[in-house]
This record gives sequence, structure tokens and C-alpha cells, in this order.
Amino acid sequence: MTSKALLSAKNLQKQFGAVVAAQDICIDIQSGERVSLIGSNGAGKTTFVNMITGYLKPDSGVIELDNYDITALSPRQITHLGVARSFQIPQLYPALTVIENMLVAMACHENKLSMWRPSSNKEHLARGADLLHRFGLSQHSNRRVKELPGGIRKLLDIALAMTGSPKLLLLDEPTSGVSAEEKFPMMDTIMRVLGNEPLTALFVEHDMDIVRRYADRVIAFYSGRIIADASPEQALANDDVRRYVTGELRQEASHA
Amino acid sequence: MHRSIVSLTVITVFTAAALLALGLALPKWLLFMCTMAFANGLVSLGIMLLMRGGVVAFGQGLMSAIGGYTAALMFQKLGVKDALLLTMSGGVTAMLITAPFAPLLSRYRGIFFSMLTLALSMVGYGILVKTESLGGSDGFNLGRVTLFGQSLADAWVGYVLYAISACLACLMAYICRIYFDSTRGLITQAIRENELRVEYLGGSVRHTMAINFLIAAFLGGCGGAMAVMALGHIDPTFSYWTTSGEFVFVAILAGTQSVVAIMLSSIILEAVRSFSSAYFPNTWQLALGIFLLVVIRFLPHGLGSLWTRTTRKEQP
Repeated sequence: MTSKALLSAKNLQKQFGAVVAAQDICIDIQSGERVSLIGSNGAGKTTFVNMITGYLKPDSGVIELDNYDITALSPRQITHLGVARSFQIPQLYPALTVIENMLVAMACHENKLSMWRPSSNKEHLARGADLLHRFGLSQHSNRRVKELPGGIRKLLDIALAMTGSPKLLLLDEPTSGVSAEEKFPMMDTIMRVLGNEPLTALFVEHDMDIVRRYADRVIAFYSGRIIADASPEQALANDDVRRYVTGELRQEASHA
Repeated sequence: MHRSIVSLTVITVFTAAALLALGLALPKWLLFMCTMAFANGLVSLGIMLLMRGGVVAFGQGLMSAIGGYTAALMFQKLGVKDALLLTMSGGVTAMLITAPFAPLLSRYRGIFFSMLTLALSMVGYGILVKTESLGGSDGFNLGRVTLFGQSLADAWVGYVLYAISACLACLMAYICRIYFDSTRGLITQAIRENELRVEYLGGSVRHTMAINFLIAAFLGGCGGAMAVMALGHIDPTFSYWTTSGEFVFVAILAGTQSVVAIMLSSIILEAVRSFSSAYFPNTWQLALGIFLLVVIRFLPHGLGSLWTRTTRKEQP
């Protein structure tokens, strides 16, 4: 018997003009899973993430979080229900320092913003410093974001998403734009932090070595459809995945 | 990271006391100039608050006019003469009248926000010019105000108005500083940088922008009421676009970091205007323009960046 799904997407459809970005997408994500979304560019992974987080509304279909319909909710409302995300291109506050970015995130998570409570209050500073420490970013605390290298920005982007203690974390290509040597240490850091939290994570990824190593389950997209949903070994051995996502079958055919 | 509330309070009280003492030594013409500078500085303080969120209001003259007309009408029609009551009434009325527009304006950014606020102020100007019961294009006068029920003697009226405007400027600057350093103030700054992420972190961009607009309206109304009491006259030019432009000029000159810079910039504007009017009667705008060009060239983040930059360098 399977446990109750944390996230349930039912028959999601999304079209941009003639382009079908999501076609009858049905996904159940169980609590605590580490799921990787794979697919070539334009396959519909980010569209799916954008629909879950409320940035895009599906043309039809239903998205439920803990059995609560979130399909029509705004990104802000969905965030307050416990869904957080990071972005392919880190969405930060470049003119602010790293710790100020954390303070912004913690202020945003407060349901009632105060006009008098200092943004740099002790509680927020301590929580921010703790999270930065866990991501290994303490030494950058007082640096402005615009001065930071890409990998650090990626980590900070994820740290910001973590400030609200989410139930579901969506990471959009957490290692894109990061050098090959940095990818695994970076994912190790992310997974170590996530490992201490009772949360479910979905990450969009192009690097299959990362997928094999860090995912419990792989969902492969092609042309707005799901072509595989299985364990990493099974999914990456799937012929459709090898043909349309990793390109292994096409390479073999061209060599033959 | 920020100054503590205790040190802010001490600085504010000390500054207000220093300004009150300084006022005793100033000649009458300079007292009047400073009174107008503080009154207009309050309006620009509201623009600065909005600029911290990434929008520039080109119609803040409307808030000033609403505050001014409220004070003048309360004086003339209701017999309310207390300076503090008139000032606060001006601020509250400006906030209430413009409140219905706050949700609409909070949806717009950039030039659209600026043009919408400008359009509102010009509609206000048109209504005021055509309303004979409010004096039409000539406006109307108001007499001498009182303070805590005490009438003001001829020799002291200028100083008392200066003292009220200086104390009010210090108080509002103090409150704004606390607001800038608050969680909502930080969100305002974050909105300017990346409002998409604010929404994804759970913050309400529109709510914050609407609140900022209302606070700016209150400040504008207070400033307008104060200016009217100093001038003894109100007319529709308070809401005209060139007046709004002067408030924006002060805010740009000051930058968005320092509340002190706003008051200083307002004094500079009044000084440039006074001296240019005296020595180059028809070309004072030219002098003003050149001055602004120099500031933009050498201090792109405004006068406030002179000391906020220094403070940052001093931090470990």
C-alpha cells in the first residue's frame, strides 16, 4: 500500500500557441522522495515546475498539495502552503549582501510584515547565519551578491528557498552553469542539507551522473509528455529515454 | 547592521534641538526658506520611500495640494486653527482620498506608475482650477494659525512655524528610518531588485507597494498643509506637474539611502531657487538643471551616498 501523495498532478495540459508544453501529465509524489525530472530542452520540465509553483496556470487539470487544490493559487499562496523553488538562473538581490538576502527571505515568510520590527532582528540573523553555515556560505555572509561566483549564487538561491522550511522543494537545474569539478561537491552540500529536513525534493537535471547518484526516482519528459517514471536505473535504461533524452540510441544508430 | 532605535532616537532628538537652537539665530527670510524646505522635504520623503521600491511618483503634488486645501478649508470653514491638528488632518485626508487608487497603482511599475500618478495630479489640478467654491485658479488665503490654543505674536510666528516644520521633519524622518530598517522596509528594497522572487518567497509585492503609496500620500499631505500655513495661501499650482517635478528633483538629488539627505536636498533646492531668482530672474530653472546634471554626473546615487558609502566602508 502506498502512502498518501504529497503532490498530485492530474491530467495537466498546457499549450503555448501551437506548442504543447504539457500533455496529460499525471504525477504523484510521495513524501520524502527525491525525484529528478529529466528531458531535453523544451520537453516540458520547467513548465511543469512553473505550474506547480503557480507561475503558469494549466489549461486543464488539477494540482493538489496534501489533497488541497492549489491549481488556481498564486505563487505567494503556494509558497505559504509549503512549496519553495530555486531557479535555473538564480533569482537573488544583487545589490544586497548575502545575509541581507537571507533576511529578505525570512521577512517574506512572515505572514504579517511589521513596519517597526527591525529586519536584522536577532532571531532572523541567527536563523539566516545557521542556514548559511549549513550551505557552507558563512564566509560570504557580508559580501554583495553581485560580487559572488555562479556556484555560490546557486547555493544561495537554494538557501533562500529553504528559509521557510518547505514541505516540497523544487530545484530547477541546480548545477547548470557550474563547472564539472564543482557539480558533485555542490550536490553533496545540497543533499546533506536536505537530508536533515523532512522534505520532498524535485530537481530538474541534465547531468545523468547527478541523476543516478542523487535521485530515488526519475521522471522523463519528451514533447510535453511523460515517457518514463521509474527508478534511475530503469528509467535511464528505457529505450525512449535513451532515444529522446540521453541520445544514446541515436548515437548508436549513427555509428552503425 | 542597522542603527539601534536608541541611538536613532538620541540622534533625532539632538538634531531637532540643534535645529530649534539654530532657528533663534536665523534671519526671517532664512527661517521662511527653511520652513518651506522642510515642508517640501516631507513630500519628497514620500517619493523617496516609493523610489526604494523602484517606482517614481510624478504626481506627489496632488497629495501636497490635498493636504494644503484640507488645512486651508478647515481653517476657513471649520475654524480649526491649531497648526499641528491642521498638519495631521492634511496628511490623513491625503491618505484617505488617494486610498482607493492604491490597489490600482500597486500593479504598475516604471513609466506607467509615474504617468498614472502624474495623470491623477493633473486631474486634481483641473478640478481645483474649475471649482469656484475653492477659489478657482486664484485659490484663497488663510490667516495665522495657533499652537496648542496659543495665538502667535508677530515677532515669533516665523520661528514657531519653522520650529514645527523642523520638528515634524525630524519626527517623520525618524519614523521613515525605522520603517526602512523594518522587515517591510527590507521587502520594499527587495521589490526594486527582484519582485518575482519576493512573490516566490511568500511576500506580497502589491500589498507592500500599496502601503508605501499610502504612507507617501500621508507625508505629502502633511508637507502640503505645512507649506500652506507658512505661505498663508493655497492655489491649484500645488497640484501642477512642475511642482511635482520639483519634489522628484529633491528625491533624485538626495538618493534613496538617507532621510537626512532629503531634507538637505530640499534646503539646497530652496536656496538655489531663492538665489537664482534674485540674480537670474528668468533662468533659475537653468541653474537648477545644471546643478542636477553635476550631481547626477558625480553622485549618481545622490547626496546621501556621500555618507552612507563612508559608513559602509567603516563596517568590518
